[in-house]
Formats: sequence, C-alpha cells, structure tokens
Amino acid sequence: MSAHANLERRRQAIYGWLLLSPAAVLLTLFAFYPSVATLWSSMFSRGTRRKPTEFVGTENYSDLFADPTFWIVVKNNLLYAGITIPVSIFIALSMALWANGKIRARGFVRTAYFTPTVLPMIAAANLWLFFYTPGLGVLDQIGSLFGLPSVNWLGQPETALWAIIIVTIWKEAGFFMIFYLAALQTIPEDLKEAADIEGASRWTYTRRIVLPLLMPTTLFIAVNAMINSVKLIDHLFILTKGGPSDASKLILYYIWEMAFAFFDAPSAAAMTIMVIAVLGIVAAVQFFYLDKRTHYQ
Amino acid sequence: MTTPPFVKLDGVAKRWNGQLGVEGITLDIPEGSFTALLGPSGCGKSTTLRLLAGLELPDEGKILIDDRDVTTSAASDRNLSMVFQSYALFPHLSVAENVMFGLKVRRVPKKERLEKLHRALEITGLLGLEDRKPGELSGGQRQRVALARAIVAGQRLCLMDEPLSNLDAKLRNAVRKDIKKLQRDLGITVVYVTHDQTEAMSMADTVVLMKDGHIQQVGAPEDLYSRPNNTFVAEFVGAPPMALLESGVLGGFGEGKTIGIRAENIQIVPKGDGRMRCTVTESEFLGAETLIGLDHAGTTGLCVLKPGLSMMAEGNEIDITFNDENLHVFDAAGQRLAG
Ligand SMILES: Nc1ncnc2c1ncn2[C@@H]1O[C@H](COP(=O)(O)OP(=O)(O)OP(=O)(O)O)[C@@H](O)[C@H]1O
Ligand SMILES: [Mg+2]
Repeated sequence: MSAHANLERRRQAIYGWLLLSPAAVLLTLFAFYPSVATLWSSMFSRGTRRKPTEFVGTENYSDLFADPTFWIVVKNNLLYAGITIPVSIFIALSMALWANGKIRARGFVRTAYFTPTVLPMIAAANLWLFFYTPGLGVLDQIGSLFGLPSVNWLGQPETALWAIIIVTIWKEAGFFMIFYLAALQTIPEDLKEAADIEGASRWTYTRRIVLPLLMPTTLFIAVNAMINSVKLIDHLFILTKGGPSDASKLILYYIWEMAFAFFDAPSAAAMTIMVIAVLGIVAAVQFFYLDKRTHYQ
Repeated sequence: MTTPPFVKLDGVAKRWNGQLGVEGITLDIPEGSFTALLGPSGCGKSTTLRLLAGLELPDEGKILIDDRDVTTSAASDRNLSMVFQSYALFPHLSVAENVMFGLKVRRVPKKERLEKLHRALEITGLLGLEDRKPGELSGGQRQRVALARAIVAGQRLCLMDEPLSNLDAKLRNAVRKDIKKLQRDLGITVVYVTHDQTEAMSMADTVVLMKDGHIQQVGAPEDLYSRPNNTFVAEFVGAPPMALLESGVLGGFGEGKTIGIRAENIQIVPKGDGRMRCTVTESEFLGAETLIGLDHAGTTGLCVLKPGLSMMAEGNEIDITFNDENLHVFDAAGQRLAG
C-alpha cells in the first residue's frame, strides 16, 4: 500500500518537473541569467582604452545617487506612475461599466475604446504629435478658435511630462478596459437582480458587489500598469526625447541613454538592477497584501 | 371574499421580439396564502414570477400588490423578497453578510440586524456557518442561505423559484415542510414556482397550472385532481396520470370526445364481466401497491393499481370495469364538459 503511494508520489513529482522544465529553462536563459549578469557587471567600472574594467563594488550605485539627473528622472517616473496607474485604471473601469451596460451601439463603443491598444506605440505617438504640434496641431487649432494663445505642449518643461502622461493613459485605458469587460461578463446577471430586490441602488451594487468581484482583475491590471509605467517609453523617442532639459525623461529612457548614447554600461546596469529591485518589491507587496483581501471565484 | 386580493395580475403578457413568454395571466392571490405555479419546463413559470418581482416589465396588463399599482415599479419598490432558482448568492460575502445584505442596504441598526440574522439562521438551521463563503457550502446549505436571505427582510410577499430543485429527495421533503411551516408561522404570502406536482399539491393552497405561457387551471390541489379543466391538466396532475380514452371505445358517449379515468377507479374483474378487455404491458412495484400498465386500442396511459406485490405477466389479457360517475368527459378540443 505505502509502496504504491510512494510510486504515485514519485510519478507526480516527475510530472511536476516535466511540466515545469520548459518554463524554467526559458526563464533561466532569458530572465534569470541576464539579471544576474547585469548585477555582476554593475559592480565593475567602465572600461576605457587606458583603464581596463575593474571591480568597484557599489561605486556605480553611489555615483548614481550623486547624479542630479538621476533624481530628476526618478521624480519624473514616480509622478508618471502615480498619475498613469490610478487614472488609467479608473478610466478603464468606468468605460467597462458603461460599455457593459445596455447602451446602443455597444459593439462600436467597445471597438472605439480598444483601437488605441491595437495601434503600435510609435504610431500612436506620431498621431499625438499631430495633436500637440504648436500652431498646426489640433489642440492649438481648437484653442485659437477661442482666442487662446498657441502652446508648445511638448516643448516646455511644465507641460512636457503631462503631455506624455496623457498619451500613456489614452493608450492603456482601452487595453485595461478589455480585461474589465471580460471580468464583468463572468458576474452572473442574477446577482444584480438579487441586489435589486434587496433594495440596493446601482451605486451600492457596484460598490459592494461588482468592485469586490473585480478585485482579482484590478490586481492584475495594477501590476501591469505599474510595469508599464517603467516599460512604456516608446513615445518618448518620438515626442520629446526626454526633454526639454530632462523634464520628461523616464528611468528606462535614461538607462537607454546611459548604455547606448553615453556608452556607460555599468551605470546603466546599476540602474537596471535598482529598477528590478523596486518593481519586485512593489509586485510582492501587491500580491501578498492585496491577495489576502481578494476573492477568487 | 370581500377583502381585495393581496396580489393581483390582470391580463399580463410578456413577449420577447414577438416570441411568446406568457400571455393572459390573470390571477388573484389572497394575503397569507401559498400559491404554486406549476407546469412543464419552459411554460412561463419563472417569467410570471419575474414579472411579479419587477425583474421584467410586462408588455400588457396590470400588476397590483397590496392595492398599489406596481406594473412599472422597480423591483426594490415592491417590498418583496425572492429565492432564485440559481440561489444568486454573493460569492465574496460570507453567509452572514449575504443574509444581512438587504438589512444593511435598508440601514437597519446593527443590533437589530444581528438579532434578525440569528433568528433567520436558526430557522433555516444554518447556525455555525455564519463565516463560510457560499463556495464552501453544499448545494442544500446554499439553498437555505438563499431562503434565510429572503425571510430575514420580513417582507409580506415572498417569491420562490424552484427553491428545492437541487436537493436530494429526503432533504427536499424536510425543507418542504420547513418552508410550509415558516410560511404559516410568519403569515407571509408565498408564490412558489415548481415543476414538481407533488411539491405543488402538498404545499399549496392554490395551484396555478400553466402550459405554453397560458394558465390552464387555477384551483385547490384537490380541484385540479378531481375536476381537471382539460385533458392537459388531467394528464399532468396525479401519479399515475389520468388515462384518456376515445369516446368511441366506450358505448354511450357519442363520437369525438375524450373520456378520462383514474387508475384508482378501475377494478379488475373476472373475464366476461368487464367493460373492456386489455393487455398487460408492464407491472411496476411501487411498495404499497403494484401499478399494472394496460393497453387497448384508442387509449393512452391506461393502468390499474393492485394492493401489495402482485405482478402480472406481460401479454396477459384481463377485463376491467369502472363506474360512470368516476369518468371525466372532455370535448373534442379537450375542454371539460359539465359533470
Ligand atoms: N430573456 C428571454 N429572452 C427570450 N425568451 C425568453 C427569455 N426568458 C424566457 N424566455 C422564454 O419564455 C418561455 C418561458 O420561460 P420561463 O423561464 O418562464 O420557463 P419556466 O416555466 O420557468 O421553465 P423552467 O421550469 O425550465 O425553469 C420559454 O419559452 C423561454 O424560452
Ligand atoms: Mg424557471
């Protein structure tokens, strides 16, 4: 009997490893190994023709902390994340609740919301360039109708980052809405009816039933939005290139600049490690803290 | 009856894109009564109940509850509670939160809320399960949570859509008694949907038998059993259902009519003394008696009950007889003729 159970357990273990190994191999090759290699190279100095690379420990990190641009970029990115994450989630949720209701032309509304997602970020950025361009841009054209002066949205430090933020929200909200729509479809109709009979208003129903049932989706979207707030920088290349005077520069863009414009690979590696660490910690908090308060069906 | 009915439906109809849901539903339900909507699947029982609840709005007709015209009122304004066919429990809320949901919405003070919760859980036998989620309960327990949620609000009208459909036979019997007792004790009016005729017959004061979106007969259970309005009712009510004979088979009724007769009114008699000679097609032992299925040209569902275990061989020929006063006569369209 126990021999049989043992055999069964061993077989289960073999199955487990077999199922695990493809993902494990790929992750090791393309995620874990590069991360470790990056960590390793972040602890060496930048090699020049006269000075070969040498082990410097945390010197690259302390250099970064002393770099004022680094702090500007961090601040920019925090603002960028702090605005784009909640706003795009909020808009996605509102649009989903609306598009899930009994409205006319529902299919059209859904498609319209989803269009920005299908567009490559570069194309989207070009589109927005057309909105933002001073004088010729749509925004200015509309403004001039009301006698407002022309504004160089992308060209001045006060508005550049905000212009970028709006493009990101526009791009993300439709994508997140699709997840919310899918989640809303899984909420049975009769819950609404039961709540109706109990006398719950539409708002009470949304707050006490729908939002809690959407929590797993919200958690998923929040993690994605957070990753995007670091990852999504394609439009920077088209719209502002991080300028003017670093006003719209984000971390990943700065990393790219470090590595491929200034050829300072060790600094770029150090920054990358810090981004990974921060993202890892935040994702862990989101999962372990919010997960406990989330109901999965 | 001088008091106006508590619930009144008057010529209510509901269609979906011209497709019939229900039609011509006219019904008076007195306060404190137990009314069962009975009928085969898809006949419009749930639709009628949902119209009453305000989850669907009728295309025609009027609905009055407690002398108030609620035809177009929202569900929440109708002061009723409902048990759903699918329970409709909130999956992320515990049993206690589910039951108290309506009380919270209606801003009942916490102390009163907890008292009512305790009483509702006590009645439905759910004490000790307060903190479980619906997903952690058995089907029967979920059903009782739905029941508790419906009675906790203390509404005078309670609608139930097949609340026992997911219980096993034994539990169903027990809960059936509980619901009936609850209804009497609380003095509430219950409208109860079921496709199980024994459920309807044993619980209800009034049975409403429906078919294809139309009411076939409204009456006390014994009325439906002993004076069926038409052949559909005759064949639907009772186990075994009433046997139907073409009038030509028996002498003295003319042509083109249908004669109904129940198994318990048929006697087996020695060969030569009977009014009909039939062939035995099957014997089914039911416990206290044995059901003998019979075959004869121009009849459907003919059978006879014999006490105890008394199987008869298939293909045997036997003679049967019955009294004319036990016969039900229906016209060519299937409607009952006087008598
Ligand atoms: N939302 C709807 N859209 C279109 N047709 C519907 C809708 N709801 C019900 N119907 C139709 O109305 C008729 C009555 O349905 P209803 O749900 O009332 O049946 P029921 O008597 O409750 O059956 P069951 O015992 O299977 O629950 C059916 O023919 C059904 O197809
Ligand atoms: Mg139904």
